Amino acid sequence: MRHTISVLVENKFGVLARIAGLFSARGYNIASLAVSETFDPQISYMTIVVEAKDEKVLEQIHKQLNKLIDVITVTDFTKKDHLDRELILAKINYAAKDKPKLEAIFEKFVGKIVHHKADTATVEAVGDEQQIKALLEELDKFGIKELVRTGKLAISN
Amino acid sequence: MIGARILLESLKKQGVEIIFGYPGGQVLPIFDQLYDFDVKFILTRHEQGAAHAADGYARATGKVGVCLATSGPGATNLVTGIATAYMDSIPMVAITGQVGTHLIGNDAFQEADVTGITRPITKHNFLVKDVKDLARTIAEAFYIASSGRPGPVLIDIPVDVQRAETEFIWPEKINIRSYQPTYSGHPGQIKKAAKLISTAKKPIIYAGGGVITSGAHLELKELAQKIQAPVTTTFMGLGSFSGTHKLFLGMLGMHGTAYANHAVMASDLIIAVGARFDDRVTGRLDDFAPGAKVIHIDIDPSSISKNIRVDVPIVGDAKNILKQLICEIKKLPDTAQWLKTTEGWKNKYPLTYKDDSAMIKPQYILQELWKLTRGQAIICTEVGQSQMWACQWYQYLTPRTFISSGGLGTMGFGFPAAMGAKLGFPEKEVFNIAGDGSIQMNIQELATCVANKINVKVLIFNNGFLGMVRQWQELFYKKRYSYTPITSPDYVLLAKSYGAVGMRVTKKSEVRAVLQKAIRTQNTVFIDFRIEPEENVYPMVPAGSAINKMIEGLA
Repeated sequence: MRHTISVLVENKFGVLARIAGLFSARGYNIASLAVSETFDPQISYMTIVVEAKDEKVLEQIHKQLNKLIDVITVTDFTKKDHLDRELILAKINYAAKDKPKLEAIFEKFVGKIVHHKADTATVEAVGDEQQIKALLEELDKFGIKELVRTGKLAISN
Repeated sequence: MIGARILLESLKKQGVEIIFGYPGGQVLPIFDQLYDFDVKFILTRHEQGAAHAADGYARATGKVGVCLATSGPGATNLVTGIATAYMDSIPMVAITGQVGTHLIGNDAFQEADVTGITRPITKHNFLVKDVKDLARTIAEAFYIASSGRPGPVLIDIPVDVQRAETEFIWPEKINIRSYQPTYSGHPGQIKKAAKLISTAKKPIIYAGGGVITSGAHLELKELAQKIQAPVTTTFMGLGSFSGTHKLFLGMLGMHGTAYANHAVMASDLIIAVGARFDDRVTGRLDDFAPGAKVIHIDIDPSSISKNIRVDVPIVGDAKNILKQLICEIKKLPDTAQWLKTTEGWKNKYPLTYKDDSAMIKPQYILQELWKLTRGQAIICTEVGQSQMWACQWYQYLTPRTFISSGGLGTMGFGFPAAMGAKLGFPEKEVFNIAGDGSIQMNIQELATCVANKINVKVLIFNNGFLGMVRQWQELFYKKRYSYTPITSPDYVLLAKSYGAVGMRVTKKSEVRAVLQKAIRTQNTVFIDFRIEPEENVYPMVPAGSAINKMIEGLA
């Protein structure tokens, strides 16, 4: 099962390597990872999505993260009321006649056509896991040439 | 003040009395300051020796051990020693030189990414890029190394930082917001534990290295006597409970006593104190102590419920928690019948060996050593059969008298660790129980011993084999002794060439006299005991079996 964990860490060099090392040393795969400074530049916020086969693994991940000296707090969002979002940028096949169809899609999803040229349109979109999944299915009908995504961001409600 | 001087002044502030190390290009400013600084410096003959010596000193004294090496190969040579300390939660600060900050990442001469290499084997590490951060970093390093669950901390200091000038400001208080170890146990959990103890019929105390780290041995004794529960210890816990106490069952696990293993398996309550249910202790997890509830006291939350399911976890310092727990137990369990049972196992399955050969039996040497020293010596060991015999055949009465690499099982640890222990306790007799394999791994430290008059006594159980691996080959690989027969130098001549004293014993009748002579000798002594070549360590639990399924080794 996938779990979303947020980790508040000291904004120092090497911290990301410590966190990544903790996962790799135990053979846990990170599904997505988003890191950036918080409003306090001394603190960084990480949102980690991890695949954990059972509660025991998840508990160890939680405890091992807490054990790292530079980790301030660890929050597991699995059973917590929270909000999550992901931003994607996608290049899709495009022809002028597709414009109304594409605009119709973005009436249902939060996003827009950023620009288009010749046979390609670049779109951006924001949403939670389900919304992004649904949107990608729609976009795939045009043909996705390239896709980048930020990974999930999560914050407690 | 320059960085190199700040380092030494900071170590002095921390009360460091002794540094083990080796010079090199990127620590020249530090060694220049050491030249006339008031601290004892022990020049080992290999950086690995320095790391193990600092570790041995820390294990014997409870203080933070300090080692120092140059960049690149100097630092990588510390790695085994750091990993050894990490696995056994030993407080240590390792200081390494690094190439100048402008060269880092350029594949400069003797450059290695030491903070990268040591990240998974240190409790924490630092690369100091600004001399203004140096004093605070050292204070933090010592605080982290010695608090909570202790462990090694590495400080990597580029050579230009060692030369840079700044004002020396020593931080008197250290507060790391992201690091706040829990020392006091949760009162509600302690109450729950007390209740479980009161209603237990077959309780057993399972004590580990955490008891020694926290200095909780007196509380452990009080608890055991109060509730009249038998006590078994892990390998790391040897010395936390007196080896001659009537409630003591010896060590448990793969080479533990049969009666300790039977007792744990049959118990209805395990009170684990500062131990981590390691695989060498539990054997096959699914079969481990099926009828037992578990109280687990540990300062490291990640040790709890890692391997086995725990009924009452209590996170905190063992000494604090045991004190409270002792007060909290109002109704005492009735263990009379249970103690009769464990006593019966003790009589039925004693530790034993066949004294049937003209050759010297290693167990006999340890029995004689016990008779001569009665638990007053510090016993260090290498790794393998000699180490396991030292666990079984010598009784440890007090903490910090048994010094050995547990978690990592590092061959070559014992001899340098013995140097460190002896420097911590010059008035005590320090022995290193070695095999002919292990002793050859850091034998160069003979020079360090002689040069610094560190009189340790090395007992080499010479059987011409890498004995523990040979034992596994005998039992599980059809006696195909693949690369386990090993040759040795002439240890008597070798010791002599270094300026130490070498002795050889080939007859059982000479063992006692030679040990006495070694104890009287004011020099480092190597004793080459020619022992029974294919003696095995028993009892033994084959890897992956339940711990009461032992190979006894006796018909």
